[in-house]
Amino acid sequence: MCDTCGCNLTPGNKHLAFKPVPKGATAVSVLKGLLAKNDDQAAHNREHFDRRGILAINLMSSPGSGKTALLEATLTTLKNEFTCAVIEGDLETENDAERIRAKGVQAHQIVTGTACHLDAHLVHDALHHMTLDGVDILFIENVGNLVCPASFDLGQHLNVTLLSVTEGDDKPAKYPVMFRAADAMLLTKTDLLAVLDDFDPDKAEAHLRNLANPAPVMRLSARKELDMEAWYAWLREQLAAQRARVAQGQSRRPAIQSDGMKYHSVTA
Amino acid sequence: MHELAIAQALVEQVDAVIDQHQASTATAIRVRIGPLAGVVPDLLATAFPLAAAGSRMEHAELEFAHAPIRVRCQTCGADTEAAMNRLICGACGDWHTQVISGDELLLESVELETTASLTPDP
Repeated sequence: MCDTCGCNLTPGNKHLAFKPVPKGATAVSVLKGLLAKNDDQAAHNREHFDRRGILAINLMSSPGSGKTALLEATLTTLKNEFTCAVIEGDLETENDAERIRAKGVQAHQIVTGTACHLDAHLVHDALHHMTLDGVDILFIENVGNLVCPASFDLGQHLNVTLLSVTEGDDKPAKYPVMFRAADAMLLTKTDLLAVLDDFDPDKAEAHLRNLANPAPVMRLSARKELDMEAWYAWLREQLAAQRARVAQGQSRRPAIQSDGMKYHSVTA
Repeated sequence: MHELAIAQALVEQVDAVIDQHQASTATAIRVRIGPLAGVVPDLLATAFPLAAAGSRMEHAELEFAHAPIRVRCQTCGADTEAAMNRLICGACGDWHTQVISGDELLLESVELETTASLTPDP
Protein backbone atom coordinates (compact mmCIF):
# COMPACT_ATOMS: atom_id res chain seq x y z
CA MET A 1 0.00 0.00 0.00
CA CYS A 2 1.29 3.46 -0.80
CA ASP A 3 0.31 7.07 -1.19
CA THR A 4 1.78 7.30 -4.66
CA CYS A 5 -0.37 5.17 -6.91
CA GLY A 6 -3.61 5.22 -4.94
CA CYS A 7 -3.61 1.52 -4.16
CA ASN A 8 -4.54 2.34 -0.57
CA LEU A 9 -8.01 3.21 -1.85
CA THR A 10 -10.43 0.33 -1.54
CA PRO A 11 -14.14 0.03 -2.25
CA GLY A 12 -14.63 0.42 1.49
CA ASN A 13 -12.93 3.76 1.86
CA LYS A 14 -13.18 5.31 -1.59
CA HIS A 15 -16.17 7.46 -0.62
CA LEU A 16 -13.98 9.16 1.98
CA ALA A 17 -11.35 10.24 -0.45
CA PHE A 18 -13.19 12.62 -2.73
CA LYS A 19 -15.24 15.51 -1.51
CA PRO A 20 -16.26 18.73 -3.26
CA VAL A 21 -14.43 21.78 -1.94
CA PRO A 22 -14.68 25.51 -2.63
CA LYS A 23 -12.47 27.17 -5.23
CA GLY A 24 -8.92 27.95 -4.19
CA ALA A 25 -8.91 25.01 -1.87
CA THR A 26 -8.12 21.41 -2.54
CA ALA A 27 -8.92 18.28 -0.57
CA VAL A 28 -6.47 15.44 -0.41
CA SER A 29 -7.02 11.96 0.82
CA VAL A 30 -4.41 10.68 3.21
CA LEU A 31 -5.75 7.49 4.79
CA LYS A 32 -2.67 6.95 6.85
CA GLY A 33 -2.47 5.68 10.40
CA LEU A 34 -2.20 8.59 12.80
CA LEU A 35 0.70 6.90 14.51
CA ALA A 36 2.51 6.10 11.25
CA LYS A 37 5.70 7.70 12.49
CA ASN A 38 5.68 5.69 15.69
CA ASP A 39 4.87 2.56 13.70
CA ASP A 40 7.78 3.15 11.31
CA GLN A 41 10.11 3.47 14.28
CA ALA A 42 8.57 0.33 15.82
CA ALA A 43 9.20 -1.60 12.60
CA HIS A 44 12.80 -0.40 12.70
CA ASN A 45 13.15 -1.58 16.31
CA ARG A 46 11.70 -4.96 15.31
CA GLU A 47 14.35 -5.24 12.60
CA HIS A 48 17.01 -4.66 15.25
CA PHE A 49 15.55 -7.54 17.26
CA ASP A 50 15.02 -9.89 14.33
CA ARG A 51 18.53 -9.37 12.99
CA ARG A 52 19.88 -10.64 16.30
CA GLY A 53 17.25 -13.32 16.80
CA ILE A 54 15.94 -11.58 19.92
CA LEU A 55 12.40 -12.16 21.21
CA ALA A 56 10.97 -8.83 22.49
CA ILE A 57 8.12 -8.92 25.00
CA ASN A 58 6.13 -5.90 26.19
CA LEU A 59 4.81 -6.27 29.76
CA MET A 60 1.78 -4.16 30.57
CA SER A 61 -0.43 -3.84 33.66
CA SER A 62 -1.64 -1.46 36.36
CA PRO A 63 1.04 -0.10 38.69
CA GLY A 64 1.75 -2.62 41.44
CA SER A 65 0.41 -5.76 39.82
CA GLY A 66 3.79 -7.45 39.90
CA LYS A 67 5.63 -6.84 36.62
CA THR A 68 9.02 -6.34 38.28
CA ALA A 69 8.47 -9.22 40.71
CA LEU A 70 7.59 -11.47 37.75
CA LEU A 71 10.82 -10.43 36.04
CA GLU A 72 12.91 -11.02 39.18
CA ALA A 73 11.62 -14.59 39.53
CA THR A 74 11.87 -15.25 35.78
CA LEU A 75 15.41 -13.92 35.42
CA THR A 76 16.57 -15.97 38.40
CA THR A 77 15.09 -19.20 37.07
CA LEU A 78 16.17 -18.75 33.46
CA LYS A 79 19.64 -17.43 34.32
CA ASN A 80 21.53 -20.46 33.05
CA GLU A 81 19.22 -21.07 30.11
CA PHE A 82 18.91 -17.71 28.31
CA THR A 83 20.54 -14.30 28.23
CA CYS A 84 17.92 -11.72 29.05
CA ALA A 85 17.89 -7.93 29.07
CA VAL A 86 15.30 -5.52 30.42
CA ILE A 87 14.07 -2.04 29.54
CA GLU A 88 12.19 -0.41 32.43
CA GLY A 89 9.70 2.40 31.93
CA ASP A 90 8.62 4.59 34.84
CA LEU A 91 7.75 8.23 35.36
CA GLU A 92 10.55 8.60 37.89
CA THR A 93 13.32 6.70 39.73
CA GLU A 94 15.86 4.08 38.74
CA ASN A 95 14.42 1.67 41.35
CA ASP A 96 13.14 -1.03 39.00
CA ALA A 97 16.31 -1.13 36.89
CA GLU A 98 18.32 -1.52 40.10
CA ARG A 99 16.14 -4.47 41.17
CA ILE A 100 16.87 -6.13 37.81
CA ARG A 101 20.60 -5.36 37.92
CA ALA A 102 20.72 -6.94 41.38
CA LYS A 103 19.90 -10.20 39.56
CA GLY A 104 22.98 -9.73 37.38
CA VAL A 105 20.93 -8.83 34.31
CA GLN A 106 21.46 -5.88 31.99
CA ALA A 107 18.78 -3.22 32.53
CA HIS A 108 18.15 0.24 31.13
CA GLN A 109 15.74 2.61 32.85
CA ILE A 110 13.64 4.97 30.76
CA VAL A 111 12.43 7.84 32.93
CA THR A 112 9.44 9.26 31.11
CA GLY A 113 8.94 12.32 33.34
CA THR A 114 5.21 12.80 32.89
CA ALA A 115 4.54 10.59 29.88
CA CYS A 116 2.08 7.83 30.69
CA HIS A 117 3.41 5.29 28.17
CA LEU A 118 6.50 4.21 26.27
CA ASP A 119 6.68 4.83 22.54
CA ALA A 120 8.86 3.38 19.81
CA HIS A 121 11.27 6.33 19.86
CA LEU A 122 11.91 6.05 23.60
CA VAL A 123 12.61 2.34 23.19
CA HIS A 124 14.91 3.00 20.24
CA ASP A 125 16.95 5.49 22.28
CA ALA A 126 17.17 2.92 25.07
CA LEU A 127 18.41 0.23 22.66
CA HIS A 128 21.41 2.40 21.84
CA HIS A 129 22.42 2.32 25.50
CA MET A 130 22.34 -1.46 25.60
CA THR A 131 24.44 -4.36 24.42
CA LEU A 132 22.04 -6.47 22.36
CA ASP A 133 24.50 -9.01 20.95
CA GLY A 134 23.95 -12.39 22.55
CA VAL A 135 20.60 -11.43 24.09
CA ASP A 136 17.85 -14.06 23.70
CA ILE A 137 14.87 -12.33 25.30
CA LEU A 138 14.32 -8.60 25.80
CA PHE A 139 11.60 -7.67 28.28
CA ILE A 140 10.17 -4.17 28.02
CA GLU A 141 8.38 -3.27 31.25
CA ASN A 142 5.96 -0.55 30.22
CA VAL A 143 4.72 2.26 32.45
CA GLY A 144 2.14 0.88 34.90
CA ASN A 145 -1.10 1.96 33.21
CA LEU A 146 -4.03 -0.01 31.79
CA VAL A 147 -4.92 2.64 29.19
CA CYS A 148 -2.27 4.42 27.13
CA PRO A 149 0.47 1.79 26.58
CA ALA A 150 -1.94 -0.34 24.55
CA SER A 151 -2.04 2.20 21.72
CA PHE A 152 1.69 2.35 20.97
CA ASP A 153 3.65 -0.30 19.09
CA LEU A 154 7.21 -0.45 20.45
CA GLY A 155 8.58 -3.04 18.04
CA GLN A 156 7.85 -5.95 20.38
CA HIS A 157 6.74 -9.36 19.12
CA LEU A 158 4.36 -10.12 21.96
CA ASN A 159 2.26 -8.31 24.55
CA VAL A 160 1.89 -9.86 27.99
CA THR A 161 -0.75 -8.26 30.20
CA LEU A 162 -0.75 -8.88 33.95
CA LEU A 163 -3.81 -8.74 36.17
CA SER A 164 -3.24 -9.21 39.89
CA VAL A 165 -5.94 -10.84 41.96
CA THR A 166 -6.04 -7.79 44.25
CA GLU A 167 -7.56 -5.85 41.36
CA GLY A 168 -11.03 -6.76 40.03
CA ASP A 169 -11.82 -9.78 37.89
CA ASP A 170 -13.79 -7.46 35.58
CA LYS A 171 -10.71 -5.45 34.56
CA PRO A 172 -10.69 -6.95 31.02
CA ALA A 173 -14.28 -5.68 30.58
CA LYS A 174 -13.36 -2.25 31.94
CA TYR A 175 -10.14 -1.84 29.93
CA PRO A 176 -10.93 -3.67 26.67
CA VAL A 177 -8.33 -1.88 24.54
CA MET A 178 -5.54 -3.10 26.80
CA PHE A 179 -6.73 -6.68 27.26
CA ARG A 180 -7.61 -7.10 23.59
CA ALA A 181 -3.94 -6.45 22.85
CA ALA A 182 -2.71 -9.29 25.09
CA ASP A 183 -0.95 -12.30 23.56
CA ALA A 184 -0.98 -13.83 27.04
CA MET A 185 -2.73 -12.82 30.26
CA LEU A 186 -1.09 -13.57 33.59
CA LEU A 187 -3.23 -13.64 36.73
CA THR A 188 -0.64 -12.74 39.36
CA LYS A 189 -0.41 -12.95 43.18
CA THR A 190 -2.62 -16.05 43.21
CA ASP A 191 -1.22 -16.93 46.66
CA LEU A 192 -3.57 -14.17 47.93
CA LEU A 193 -6.69 -15.80 46.45
CA ALA A 194 -7.19 -17.69 49.72
CA VAL A 195 -7.83 -14.45 51.59
CA LEU A 196 -9.76 -12.66 48.83
CA ASP A 197 -13.40 -13.58 48.32
CA ASP A 198 -14.14 -11.23 45.43
CA PHE A 199 -11.80 -12.35 42.64
CA ASP A 200 -12.90 -15.24 40.43
CA PRO A 201 -10.15 -16.28 37.97
CA ASP A 202 -12.73 -18.00 35.75
CA LYS A 203 -14.68 -14.75 35.46
CA ALA A 204 -11.52 -12.84 34.54
CA GLU A 205 -10.91 -15.39 31.79
CA ALA A 206 -14.52 -15.16 30.57
CA HIS A 207 -14.21 -11.37 30.31
CA LEU A 208 -11.07 -11.84 28.21
CA ARG A 209 -12.91 -14.24 25.86
CA ASN A 210 -15.68 -11.65 25.47
CA LEU A 211 -13.02 -9.49 23.82
CA ALA A 212 -12.60 -12.27 21.22
CA ASN A 213 -9.13 -12.89 22.59
CA PRO A 214 -7.93 -16.51 22.53
CA ALA A 215 -4.72 -15.71 24.49
CA PRO A 216 -3.58 -18.26 27.07
CA VAL A 217 -4.34 -17.35 30.69
CA MET A 218 -1.76 -18.38 33.27
CA ARG A 219 -2.36 -18.20 37.03
CA LEU A 220 0.76 -17.77 39.11
CA SER A 221 2.51 -16.14 42.04
CA ALA A 222 6.01 -14.88 41.33
CA ARG A 223 6.77 -14.01 44.96
CA LYS A 224 5.82 -17.48 46.23
CA GLU A 225 7.03 -19.16 43.03
CA LEU A 226 3.69 -20.91 42.57
CA ASP A 227 2.69 -22.41 39.21
CA MET A 228 5.45 -20.58 37.34
CA GLU A 229 6.25 -23.55 35.09
CA ALA A 230 3.53 -22.81 32.49
CA TRP A 231 4.91 -19.27 32.08
CA TYR A 232 8.46 -20.53 31.59
CA ALA A 233 7.25 -23.15 29.12
CA TRP A 234 5.38 -20.43 27.19
CA LEU A 235 8.53 -18.28 27.07
CA ARG A 236 10.61 -21.22 25.77
CA GLU A 237 7.95 -21.98 23.16
CA GLN A 238 7.77 -18.33 22.02
CA LEU A 239 11.55 -18.00 21.77
CA ALA A 240 11.69 -21.16 19.66
CA ALA A 241 8.92 -19.74 17.45
CA GLN A 242 10.80 -16.44 17.09
CA ARG A 243 13.97 -18.29 16.07
CA ALA A 244 12.02 -20.28 13.51
CA ARG A 245 10.55 -17.05 12.09
CA VAL A 246 13.96 -15.39 11.92
CA ALA A 247 15.38 -18.43 10.13
CA GLN A 248 12.69 -17.94 7.47
CA GLY A 249 13.16 -14.19 7.29
CA GLN A 250 9.76 -13.52 8.88
CA SER A 251 8.65 -11.44 11.80
CA ARG A 252 5.61 -11.03 14.00
CA ARG A 253 3.67 -8.04 15.25
CA PRO A 254 1.66 -8.26 18.47
CA ALA A 255 -1.84 -9.77 18.19
CA ILE A 256 -4.00 -6.76 17.47
CA GLN A 257 -2.13 -5.03 14.73
CA SER A 258 -1.70 -8.17 12.67
CA ASP A 259 -5.40 -8.96 12.97
CA GLY A 260 -6.33 -5.49 11.85
CA MET A 261 -4.01 -5.64 8.86
CA LYS A 262 -6.19 -8.27 7.27
CA TYR A 263 -9.29 -6.13 7.31
CA HIS A 264 -8.23 -2.53 7.12
CA SER A 265 -6.50 -1.05 4.12
CA VAL A 266 -4.40 1.03 6.49
CA THR A 267 -3.93 0.37 10.16
CA ALA A 268 -2.81 2.64 12.90
CA MET B 1 -3.61 11.98 28.50
CA HIS B 2 -1.70 10.32 25.65
CA GLU B 3 -4.02 12.27 23.33
CA LEU B 4 -1.46 15.09 23.30
CA ALA B 5 1.11 12.66 21.85
CA ILE B 6 -1.47 11.65 19.24
CA ALA B 7 -2.22 15.32 18.47
CA GLN B 8 1.49 15.97 17.93
CA ALA B 9 1.72 13.00 15.58
CA LEU B 10 -1.32 14.33 13.72
CA VAL B 11 0.27 17.78 13.32
CA GLU B 12 3.46 16.21 11.95
CA GLN B 13 1.51 14.19 9.41
CA VAL B 14 -0.64 17.08 8.23
CA ASP B 15 2.51 19.18 7.96
CA ALA B 16 3.98 16.55 5.65
CA VAL B 17 0.78 16.58 3.54
CA ILE B 18 0.95 20.39 3.26
CA ASP B 19 4.56 20.13 2.05
CA GLN B 20 3.79 17.30 -0.34
CA HIS B 21 1.06 19.35 -2.05
CA GLN B 22 2.90 22.66 -1.85
CA ALA B 23 -0.06 24.22 -0.09
CA SER B 24 0.00 27.10 2.35
CA THR B 25 -2.37 26.01 5.08
CA ALA B 26 -4.74 23.21 6.04
CA THR B 27 -8.32 24.34 6.59
CA ALA B 28 -9.95 21.07 7.61
CA ILE B 29 -8.61 17.80 8.93
CA ARG B 30 -10.72 14.68 9.04
CA VAL B 31 -9.75 11.76 11.26
CA ARG B 32 -11.44 8.42 11.86
CA ILE B 33 -11.10 7.04 15.36
CA GLY B 34 -12.74 3.81 16.43
CA PRO B 35 -13.67 3.26 20.08
CA LEU B 36 -11.13 0.41 20.29
CA ALA B 37 -8.20 2.63 19.28
CA GLY B 38 -7.92 3.82 22.85
CA VAL B 39 -8.08 7.49 21.89
CA VAL B 40 -10.88 9.76 23.07
CA PRO B 41 -12.01 12.16 20.30
CA ASP B 42 -13.04 14.90 22.75
CA LEU B 43 -9.64 14.84 24.42
CA LEU B 44 -7.90 14.87 21.05
CA ALA B 45 -10.02 17.88 20.08
CA THR B 46 -8.84 19.61 23.27
CA ALA B 47 -5.20 18.70 22.70
CA PHE B 48 -5.12 19.58 19.00
CA PRO B 49 -5.03 23.43 19.35
CA LEU B 50 -2.09 23.09 21.75
CA ALA B 51 -0.16 20.88 19.33
CA ALA B 52 -1.13 23.00 16.31
CA ALA B 53 -0.36 26.42 17.80
CA GLY B 54 1.77 28.47 15.44
CA SER B 55 1.63 25.84 12.69
CA ARG B 56 0.11 26.00 9.22
CA MET B 57 -2.99 24.25 10.52
CA GLU B 58 -3.73 26.24 13.64
CA HIS B 59 -7.06 27.46 12.22
CA ALA B 60 -8.02 24.13 10.72
CA GLU B 61 -11.26 22.49 11.71
CA LEU B 62 -10.79 19.02 13.17
CA GLU B 63 -13.58 16.65 12.13
CA PHE B 64 -14.20 13.18 13.42
CA ALA B 65 -15.67 10.34 11.39
CA HIS B 66 -17.68 7.80 13.33
CA ALA B 67 -16.35 4.23 13.24
CA PRO B 68 -18.78 1.71 14.72
CA ILE B 69 -17.44 -1.53 16.15
CA ARG B 70 -18.22 -4.48 13.90
CA VAL B 71 -17.02 -8.06 14.20
CA ARG B 72 -16.96 -10.97 11.76
CA CYS B 73 -17.71 -14.36 13.26
CA GLN B 74 -15.26 -17.11 12.35
CA THR B 75 -17.83 -19.74 13.29
CA CYS B 76 -21.01 -18.62 11.52
CA GLY B 77 -19.57 -15.92 9.23
CA ALA B 78 -21.99 -13.15 10.24
CA ASP B 79 -20.93 -9.48 10.37
CA THR B 80 -22.54 -7.81 13.37
CA GLU B 81 -22.22 -4.73 15.50
CA ALA B 82 -20.62 -5.24 18.91
CA ALA B 83 -20.03 -3.40 22.18
CA MET B 84 -16.54 -2.35 23.18
CA ASN B 85 -16.13 -5.00 25.88
CA ARG B 86 -18.32 -7.69 24.28
CA LEU B 87 -16.77 -8.43 20.93
CA ILE B 88 -18.81 -11.58 20.49
CA CYS B 89 -20.90 -12.53 17.49
CA GLY B 90 -24.30 -10.83 17.54
CA ALA B 91 -25.82 -13.73 15.59
CA CYS B 92 -24.56 -16.90 17.30
CA GLY B 93 -22.83 -15.55 20.43
CA ASP B 94 -19.47 -17.17 19.71
CA TRP B 95 -16.34 -15.27 20.83
CA HIS B 96 -14.18 -16.45 17.92
CA THR B 97 -14.53 -13.20 16.01
CA GLN B 98 -12.34 -10.67 14.23
CA VAL B 99 -12.83 -6.94 14.58
CA ILE B 100 -13.41 -5.57 11.08
CA SER B 101 -14.11 -1.98 12.10
CA GLY B 102 -13.86 0.11 15.24
CA ASP B 103 -10.13 0.07 15.99
CA GLU B 104 -9.08 2.63 13.38
CA LEU B 105 -6.81 5.54 14.19
CA LEU B 106 -6.63 7.15 10.81
CA LEU B 107 -5.92 10.51 9.19
CA GLU B 108 -8.56 10.32 6.48
CA SER B 109 -8.30 13.53 4.50
CA VAL B 110 -7.06 17.09 4.65
CA GLU B 111 -8.44 20.18 2.95
CA LEU B 112 -5.70 22.48 1.82
CA GLU B 113 -5.55 26.16 0.92
CA THR B 114 -3.28 26.45 -2.07
CA THR B 115 -1.28 29.58 -2.78
CA ALA B 116 -2.78 31.67 -5.63
CA SER B 117 0.54 32.01 -7.47
CA LEU B 118 0.52 28.40 -8.60
CA THR B 119 0.99 28.24 -12.36
CA PRO B 120 1.00 25.12 -14.52
CA ASP B 121 4.37 23.86 -15.69
CA PRO B 122 5.31 25.00 -19.21
